[in-house]
Amino acid sequence: MTPAEIRSLIVEILANIVPDVDLSQLRDDVPFREQLPLDSMDFLDIVMELRKRFRIQIPEDDYGMLASMASAIEYLSPRLVREKA
Amino acid sequence: MPRDFLAGARDQYDVVVIGSGLGGMTAANILGRLGYRVLLLEQHYKLGGLATWFRRPGGNIFDISLHGFPYGMVKSCRRYWNEEIANGIVPLRTIRYDNPMFSLTTRFDRDDFTRLLTTRFGQPPEKVQEFFEFIRKMNFYDDQTMTVKELFDRFFPGREDIIRLLMEPITYANGSTLEDPAVAYGIVFSNFMAKGVYTYRGGTDDLIQRMKEELLKNGVDVRVRCPVERIHIVRRKVAGVTVHGRYLAARAVVSNANLLATILRFAGPEHFDKDFIEEVKAVRLNNSSTQVYIALKQGDLLDESIGDLLFSSTAPYFRTEALLSRNITSRTFSFYYPSLRPHAPPRCYVVSSTNARYEDWANLSEEEYRKSKQELINSTLDALEKYVPDIRQRVAHVEAATPRTFERYTGHLAGASFGTKFEGLRVSRALPHQVEGLFHAGSVGIIMSGWLGAMNYGVIVANEVDNYLACPSLTVRKG
Repeated sequence: MTPAEIRSLIVEILANIVPDVDLSQLRDDVPFREQLPLDSMDFLDIVMELRKRFRIQIPEDDYGMLASMASAIEYLSPRLVREKA
Repeated sequence: MPRDFLAGARDQYDVVVIGSGLGGMTAANILGRLGYRVLLLEQHYKLGGLATWFRRPGGNIFDISLHGFPYGMVKSCRRYWNEEIANGIVPLRTIRYDNPMFSLTTRFDRDDFTRLLTTRFGQPPEKVQEFFEFIRKMNFYDDQTMTVKELFDRFFPGREDIIRLLMEPITYANGSTLEDPAVAYGIVFSNFMAKGVYTYRGGTDDLIQRMKEELLKNGVDVRVRCPVERIHIVRRKVAGVTVHGRYLAARAVVSNANLLATILRFAGPEHFDKDFIEEVKAVRLNNSSTQVYIALKQGDLLDESIGDLLFSSTAPYFRTEALLSRNITSRTFSFYYPSLRPHAPPRCYVVSSTNARYEDWANLSEEEYRKSKQELINSTLDALEKYVPDIRQRVAHVEAATPRTFERYTGHLAGASFGTKFEGLRVSRALPHQVEGLFHAGSVGIIMSGWLGAMNYGVIVANEVDNYLACPSLTVRKG
């Protein structure tokens, strides 16, 4: 998947988690938690959603990589390549 | 021939969940929704664990642990259950304290506590803000050396009255003490301060019924009166369980039973590392409780200004020891008004809760036990008289529960009503690294306790189980 595709995928997942928030102004270099009302349970939902859609395994030690859009894209890019089909 | 409570059950499941407390039910629901074949086993005759209720003649219905939980329940119910359940959650607006140090009413949220702390308790606003910010940033994996007592000494030294204000409700909610890690207190207290205290309109019976329907809708095989006798483990990997003498194969087992019972009784210590078992044996159980359930006569309606939760005490200071003593000086009264069950006949109920030690009740003779229960009822009615005058003439039904009652109905060791102390969390989390496919999601260490904590721990563990079942080969055993 391209970085742009991953970005729109994450925005789509976030839109389900925080339905009342405008995500159009989301900044990629700032941690999600500093811009959105997210807690650790919300991050778990992101992980579960990614696994449901792509069967991708994200170990707990790597959850920190999902902290911001930029780091999430960097982390997911190589991992979502083969899963697309 | 006794009834077969497993009639029609499969011989194998993807996941067997032992225990239908909120953690077990939530894990079962999520895994069922993901398409796994899930079996939920409950030893009691109804679902819910300590999220429960009971009925008595004359149409009386008592809730055990309904009032109150943090706002986070709305989100968790919406996401992991359904919209209708989430919509049933309503705020409790009147939280009262009455003790020799102060009497006050609060909404129990950050704004109102800031007002109280700065005006009534004379604290500088910056100090109060600093305290709230400090505890809000706490994580459960943070440093655990600081105790609750040290936290209070740091921000409000010498202020026993402020300690009481900040601590008494949390002790009621999850059994925590001044000697517990500060992070455990800070996380729970911050959860409440975010938006106050909530309850479920419709009552516990309605909630659990809706959850049961949702479980069935998601294909979960739900069985009551099914105590697990054994968790089978072969070469450090879960194989199945035995229930009513019948072997059921399972790829994963999630235990919502007491942590120590799960490891030492159901699984057996021989399946774990020696030093892990040492760690398990060092895990302390949390205390138990006593409760007195009081129904007022139908139509005798209390004014809701009496409050939803009332933390009442005659003890001069807040002390952990005093809270557990048989000589009860502190009681939390939960008031249930007709608005809670809009479709039921108009009745008011009061449930008095007090933390208690199992040892104080375990070894009484039947005669002593009966007498002690009656004393508990009498002293509770005396204490309630101050808030509900002529209470004895107004009571339609009254009875008491003790640590023995909690032990009998939940199967929890020593009737522990809040699981284990904080060190249990580490053991609980480490379980799948000891035995592949074996998970625990039950009350451990305060933050994973209470209605919201229990439910969210069920979510966390369901995530791990899905991870394990989806890609078992990738789950590496640590250590």
